Amino acid sequence: MLTTDRVGGAALVVLGLVVLFESRRLPLGSFHNPGPASMPVVLASLLVAFGGALLALGASAARLAAVGWAEWRHAVAIFTVCAFAALALERLGYRLTVGLVLVILLGLVERKGVIFTLVFSAALALGTFFVFDTLLRVPLPRGPFRL
Amino acid sequence: MLETLSNLGLGFAVALSPGVLLYAFAGCVVGTLVGVLPGVGPLAGISLLLPATFGLDATRAIVMLAGIYYGAMYGGSTTSILMRIPGEAASVMTCIDGYAMARKGRAGAALAIAAVGSYVAGTASVVALMFLAPPLAEFALRFGPPEYFALLLFGLLVLAYMSGGSMLRALAMAALGLLLGMIGIDQMSGYFRFAYGLVELGDGIGIVPVAVGLFGFAEILATAGQPTPPAVIKPRLRELLPSRREWRASGAPIGRGTVLGFLIGIIPGSAHIISSFVSYAVERKLSKRPEEFGHGAIAGVAGPESANNAATSGAFVPMLALGVPSGPIPAVMLAAMMVHGVSPGPLLIQQQPELFWGFIASMYVGNVVLLILNLPLVGLFVNLLRVPYPILYPSILVFCVLGVYAVNGSVVDVWIMLLMGALGYLLRKLDFETAPIVLGVVLAPMIEMALRQSLAMSDGRYAIFLTRPIAATLLGIGGVLLLLSLKPLVTHTLDWRARLALAEKREEHS
Repeated sequence: MLTTDRVGGAALVVLGLVVLFESRRLPLGSFHNPGPASMPVVLASLLVAFGGALLALGASAARLAAVGWAEWRHAVAIFTVCAFAALALERLGYRLTVGLVLVILLGLVERKGVIFTLVFSAALALGTFFVFDTLLRVPLPRGPFRL
Repeated sequence: MLETLSNLGLGFAVALSPGVLLYAFAGCVVGTLVGVLPGVGPLAGISLLLPATFGLDATRAIVMLAGIYYGAMYGGSTTSILMRIPGEAASVMTCIDGYAMARKGRAGAALAIAAVGSYVAGTASVVALMFLAPPLAEFALRFGPPEYFALLLFGLLVLAYMSGGSMLRALAMAALGLLLGMIGIDQMSGYFRFAYGLVELGDGIGIVPVAVGLFGFAEILATAGQPTPPAVIKPRLRELLPSRREWRASGAPIGRGTVLGFLIGIIPGSAHIISSFVSYAVERKLSKRPEEFGHGAIAGVAGPESANNAATSGAFVPMLALGVPSGPIPAVMLAAMMVHGVSPGPLLIQQQPELFWGFIASMYVGNVVLLILNLPLVGLFVNLLRVPYPILYPSILVFCVLGVYAVNGSVVDVWIMLLMGALGYLLRKLDFETAPIVLGVVLAPMIEMALRQSLAMSDGRYAIFLTRPIAATLLGIGGVLLLLSLKPLVTHTLDWRARLALAEKREEHS
């Protein structure tokens, strides 16, 4: 039976094994003189052990099917918009990127009115840029036409 | 004693001069705003505003930056309580019960207790800083790498043991956090670990993107699209004051949090974060009703908030007396002092008494300013809850991206925040606690360095951890906690943590 502990435990085991595999590129050192790989190897082994124990003992945890996933589409949409922001930030500049992100989130995802969306997005994008970049002199990225 | 009071008089003469007072006030206001903004914590705030102090003299600059620091610690509780988004990492524990209180209509009471607790702790710990700094700093000086290693390991074990429910899951999360903390250049050998060619990862994963991702972004992912959006809590004015029972229940946690926070603050590490974790664990352990924790226990707000503010003052002890920063924020403060031509250390008090005692006095003034600012503005902050969540969360997202980007000017940090957000969302669904990950990321480089330095000191002999009394004691207590956590497996009975987890599950289903 798939339970939350078993799924989590399996993911931890896989992650631990991946780290162990990747650690082979680094010198392990010795027991008395540990090298740069030693701590990651110890921690990855612990992760495999803890994950394995969760797999073995996790039968009584909550069933995965019982976990509510109703909001997953919304979560994916928000994540995708934020990933776009990370990609665009240094290409389009702060103001354009944040303006676009807010228009997408408010207008398309949350279905707010067009005028509210445009005014709110422009105000927040330009306002935060003014406060941080102009007033506080925190350099924020500029895009085409220095926008 | 008389000499200290006389020096303090000199300090107040400096701190109450209009110019310095104005900058202390400005620092507190800006710091509170920085703390309130999710994702822009004290570290980012001080870093962002350091260039703004370049035109000031050293005393005003240091007083203003210190104001930002403890103002942010004060303000960090606001978003934790109102939105379950920590304004800075030390407010992570306040999220748990503060937000639960807000959902029960006690947001105002939680904010007021956080403000009063922060004031009491802040003021008391400045007194302690003034009188106890020399002997306490001397005690901390006895700590070598073996003691640090034992202390840091002990901290993780305490955290895992005190976590409600499964110690196994908490330890797994701590191990995951420690592994994430391994990313970057190995400080002993210079090897790049798990950086995959990304130069930005050379210094490791920053605590800001991890904390904002796991607690801020993950929360938005989990709540923004729920069929029933999070209820907008609209407390009435009379609910803004704590009840008599809440005042009574907060007194002892504030006292304990103050002492714990100050003592932990002196020890190198991210003291304000650790102190709030330890305070929360202690309060839950000492509580007659531990099942209330996680569901709106006022002690879960009062203790950690007092502890993280007391730790702020405690962290200044090694910085001012020894010139040794005890964490990333004091390190930035140290850099700021050096920019202004001030060299913190044993000679600072003798050579620049106006600056040292002016700084101490400004902390008293700052705490009063913060209390005056925060209590009347509680109502203003509560108004944030009246903004519909579909409008609020895109704004918070903008500040998350902005705050994370501004720390290093790096898009890689924004990506780390997004990945941590996705991880936090999944872990939340699978019922894993994410707080040990944050602590693991902070402690990983320190633990590894302390271990390898200890072995270098002892020619590779692990017995060094057993032959040094402080290290042996800490490891011994940690071992006992591990054994205690195994007891239910042997006796087939439920210990208090298992009973707590069961109670939590029952409440979730009810």
